[in-house]
Amino acid sequence: MAPVEELEAAYLAAREDPGFQSELAGLLRTYAGRPTPLYFARHLSEQLGGARIWLKREDLLHTGAHKINNCLGQGLLARRMGKRRIIAETGAGQHGVATATVCALLGLDCVVYMGEEDMRRQRLNVFRMRLLGAKVIGVSTGSCTLKDAISEAMRDWVTNVADTYYLLGSALGSHPYPMMVRDFHKVIGEEARRQILEAEGRLPDTILACVGGGSNAIGIFHAFLGDPVELVGVEAGGRGNHLGEHAARYRGGAPGVLQGAYSFVLQDAHGQIALTHSVSAGLDYAMIGPEHAYLHDQRRAEYTAASDGEALDAARLLSRVEGIIPALESAHAVAEAVKRAPAAQDRILLVNISGRGDKDIDIYRENLKELDEP
Amino acid sequence: MTRIAGLFARLKREGRKGLIAYLTAGDPSPDRTPALVEALERGGADLIELGVPFSDPIADGPVIQRAGERALKAGTTLAKVLEIAGEIRRRSEIPLLLFTYLNPVMRYGLDRLAKDAAACGIDGCLLIDASVEEAHEYIGAMHSHGLDTVFLAAPTSTERRLQLVARYSTGFVYMVSRTGVTGERDSLSGAITPLVQSMRRITGLPLAVGFGISRPEHVAELGGLVDAVVVGSAFVRLIERNLDNPSLEIQLEAFTRELKHGYGAAA
Repeated sequence: MAPVEELEAAYLAAREDPGFQSELAGLLRTYAGRPTPLYFARHLSEQLGGARIWLKREDLLHTGAHKINNCLGQGLLARRMGKRRIIAETGAGQHGVATATVCALLGLDCVVYMGEEDMRRQRLNVFRMRLLGAKVIGVSTGSCTLKDAISEAMRDWVTNVADTYYLLGSALGSHPYPMMVRDFHKVIGEEARRQILEAEGRLPDTILACVGGGSNAIGIFHAFLGDPVELVGVEAGGRGNHLGEHAARYRGGAPGVLQGAYSFVLQDAHGQIALTHSVSAGLDYAMIGPEHAYLHDQRRAEYTAASDGEALDAARLLSRVEGIIPALESAHAVAEAVKRAPAAQDRILLVNISGRGDKDIDIYRENLKELDEP
Repeated sequence: MTRIAGLFARLKREGRKGLIAYLTAGDPSPDRTPALVEALERGGADLIELGVPFSDPIADGPVIQRAGERALKAGTTLAKVLEIAGEIRRRSEIPLLLFTYLNPVMRYGLDRLAKDAAACGIDGCLLIDASVEEAHEYIGAMHSHGLDTVFLAAPTSTERRLQLVARYSTGFVYMVSRTGVTGERDSLSGAITPLVQSMRRITGLPLAVGFGISRPEHVAELGGLVDAVVVGSAFVRLIERNLDNPSLEIQLEAFTRELKHGYGAAA
């Protein structure tokens, strides 16, 4: 408890400190590339024939995904707390790359825990992290994915708590992490709200974002919580509806406690956490972030799922008609837009493109073999 | 008085120190656990911590993680662990402390667990991933069925937290010897002495220390400081290395005796 209490106190002080906030804002602007554009997807909208679809381009940020927002914030916080060693978990590798990047920038030591299955799926990101000076430690327990990497990072943290900062990458874990991660990503929604009002003169009808732990989704939802705007989180529907074939927590999950958080989690009848599957490593996690579970219970947000196949099709469509290759995670949000747009005449859909697809090229190649002939 | 409180009263009366042994229930199979517990008792273990296997044991090192995986593969559930406890209780009066993560307990139901655990002859519970600050409902359920609640104090615990741990623990207080997860270490951390001293100022409850204790010399070192030591991973590793060895029980008994000898005359 003492370490999370220390962290909470340090974060609350930093949040109120104009010096901290202005350094963070400066780095977001000059280093990460904020604000990101809001782009009207004219061809996608025309092709689907219904809604007007806008894309929030978090994929254009430095390191290729929204994850850098949170890493810059927590990296500055770690430095302020005098912690020289940073540890992190990563699923798809995007959070690991963003953490390694920020550690290189701030001159901090970096250790990233990554499931061995994910290391295989995301080899390019493993190499990027090493190139940035991070040490990547493979985790071979459990399902060898994100969940196991988080457990291993937590074990490291409780062991080396005096000099180590745990830079958690999703809206998960024990307080204050979900709050802190949300705060560092809420800039996504604040920008998007301003941009859509400027461009369309009104708020969107619906916002769509993929949800693993839920950091990009909570980041874009937060500024719209008080608005009459429909919020939709898209979970990983995987390859089937049975436990173990997907990571859609609202398809068979139940309240539970995992890794310091109380939220909705996929588990068996005896309270053992279930294995999950998704073509997208970043969504392949058994628990949804606790604030999303709250929004679900309050009926303020709705959660649905896109299958592996639907996400792959959506990624292919977006690439072809807009010239944007999305991350597989973000492709789940696009897939939901594809389903909704035809029946949503004159409505505005805002989709968060949380990351770009470069890291997923190997998976796209495996799944789109007809494009990969010599 | 619970069996746990009775044990510590007896140890005190006799001027002895206790040895608490942890096993993951169901490792390598549910059928085997009662015999392993008997071996520990023959070797001189005074209290058994019966671990409920969990898929994501964040407080445990690799040895106990692997034991949990074996136990889960062998079909061990919380309900099964209660059955195992009942079987042990039919043969022995050794105090039993259930060691578990929160999620299987939530799934089983807190009141139902307290009632069933008491009926099976379990004497207390240690919920490893629940903070004492948020444990009111759990404490109420356990105490209303006459079960002890044991909480952990760590070298990082603040004075306020030590106070809470002391107030809501019954039976004994579990002192964590160092920051980190379960698992053997070559030498003990220097953090334990000041922690024990702080806790002694707060409470008259018996104190046990665990995490990293695996050798008779560790037991010797701690004998003068606390009322009991907890050994876990060293037993579990011995089991892991002798999964198919018919002399496992004999070895477990011998190792328990060897550890107990660490106390020297005080044992």
